[in-house]
Amino acid sequence: MYAQMVDTGLKEVRTADDMPPEERAFQARIDADIKIEPKDWMPEAYRRTLIRQISQHAHSEIVGMLPEGNWVTRAPTLKRKAILMAKIQDEAGHGLYLYSAAETLGISRDQMLADLHAGRAKYSSIFNYPTLTWADIGTIGWLVDGAAIMNQIPLCRCSYGPYARAMVRICKEESFHQRQGYDIMLAMSRGTDEQQAMAKDALARWWWPSLMMFGPSDAASVHSGQSAAWKIKLLSNDELRQRFVDQTVPQADFLGLTVPDPALRWNDETGHYDFGAIDWSEFHNVIKGNGPCNRDRLQARVNAWDEGAWVREAAMAHAEKRAAGAARAVASIQQQGRTA
Amino acid sequence: MTEFVLHASMPKIVTDLILFEYLLRLGDSPLILAQRLGEWVGKGPIVEEDLALTNVGLDLLGQARMWLAYAGEVEARCSPRGRDEDALAFHRDAGAFRNLLLVEQPNGNYADTMTRQFLFDAWHVRALQALTRSCDPRVAEIAAKGAKEASYHVERSGDWMIRLGDGTDESHAKTQSALDNLGMYTGEMFASDAIDAALADAGIGFDHAVLLAPWREHVDAVLEEATLALPAAEWMQGSGGRGGRQGVHGEHLGHLLAEMQYLQRAYPDSQW
Repeated sequence: MYAQMVDTGLKEVRTADDMPPEERAFQARIDADIKIEPKDWMPEAYRRTLIRQISQHAHSEIVGMLPEGNWVTRAPTLKRKAILMAKIQDEAGHGLYLYSAAETLGISRDQMLADLHAGRAKYSSIFNYPTLTWADIGTIGWLVDGAAIMNQIPLCRCSYGPYARAMVRICKEESFHQRQGYDIMLAMSRGTDEQQAMAKDALARWWWPSLMMFGPSDAASVHSGQSAAWKIKLLSNDELRQRFVDQTVPQADFLGLTVPDPALRWNDETGHYDFGAIDWSEFHNVIKGNGPCNRDRLQARVNAWDEGAWVREAAMAHAEKRAAGAARAVASIQQQGRTA
Repeated sequence: MTEFVLHASMPKIVTDLILFEYLLRLGDSPLILAQRLGEWVGKGPIVEEDLALTNVGLDLLGQARMWLAYAGEVEARCSPRGRDEDALAFHRDAGAFRNLLLVEQPNGNYADTMTRQFLFDAWHVRALQALTRSCDPRVAEIAAKGAKEASYHVERSGDWMIRLGDGTDESHAKTQSALDNLGMYTGEMFASDAIDAALADAGIGFDHAVLLAPWREHVDAVLEEATLALPAAEWMQGSGGRGGRQGVHGEHLGHLLAEMQYLQRAYPDSQW
């Protein structure tokens, strides 16, 4: 999940009795699965929550380019390099769709970026872990994109039209990302002893952070109820996490890799895998800024933005000169028309 | 080097050896430039530019792969080894690379990157267009695909030259400085050595010198709108048949390759 803790700003789920007539009409549309569009009336808390959720998601796409960019220049074959570049290009594109979707809610991309750079907006904490070997690129595709798809497929049906439509496009590309990641893992787990060691080590490091991507357990998720009522969260954190574990464990088995959880076992009664307790102190610590790469990631984004300032200023200045030139040309033609 | 001409009586193995060398020249420049563009990932001045730089890098990488794959096939015809694209990309040392000096220059700031790109693109699109008329059908086919992409690349990099040159005082100064620094690497693009001449005579390659006038006209037109100018170059690096296309490189290429080739060199027996 790329937006893992989104505060709705509401203590409890609003009921029909709490709502003025326009909000009742709004909720009725959502209940009837009619999409909310940018010009429709919406409660301020819905708008604010969506801005938080979509911008977190957009920032995750952009920050997520960094750990992968760390290996673009060292990809082991030209084909793998091309695939990785195409994937990163998709992610930049996803960031753009999502920023555009958030802009329909009345916030500018510059404001969202300023919030990111100042540490006010979050991105998925998974990107605060380092990519140490080529197997990490495989693992990110397999687990991180796998977890993202798990979350995003339901969001294709979410109540806000521009977000739902962006998700449809993004999901199509994400499934390619997951396959390429798994393909890297397949090659490495069938490879030399050194490659197998890299694959094992990568799974050991990324497994638990991937489970944390779905956010706190349902019992600890105070804001989920309202988001569910608004249909911007369609499945609970724990439901999504369980689906992810159920899907991923057989994939790890096929690779011959061991999931680093001694408590993991198939439960015939529930028809799901049981798995061990997540270390939530690590999750909260990384969210707070204490992950291995929080500072580096944010600094890299701030540097890119600051060092690019003169480029953006030049583009603006040139566009203004062009516009002024065009205006002068029009005035001159009009002047000629009057004198003729 | 002594001049020689390919002709029908020459053994096929000789023409293949020359063609192999020529294909490395065609493949290595886009490969090295794609590697440079890959260094920009996540660091562009705006997301749209990150996307565009990666897109151009991806096009160039795709072209490099086609040239190197063909080079490997030709090598197999004329020597005991026929290396594939990865063996050629990851297991040659700097002295065996045949890229232009221009493309191995470091990224610098955005003006340096865009200036390098524009000077290259304006040459590349013409070189590829010339190669679409090659009598070697594989060369013509790869060039035709690449020329379409390169015509888009030069439009984009030319637009940026105009924006940066005719933008702010700061962007103008940075871009003129980039031109002043990179101008001396452009002469190499228009110098034909014996290999180029032999392949031009055989109808496979083209005379590099004929591209100079149209390149210059294109570059000057864009730079005029950008209020910039090419420096009056007194000396061109890589002249006299001792340039990147002959395997004589600067210091930067070794570092670029150390990074690019690291995994293949550290784990040479692995399939990835």
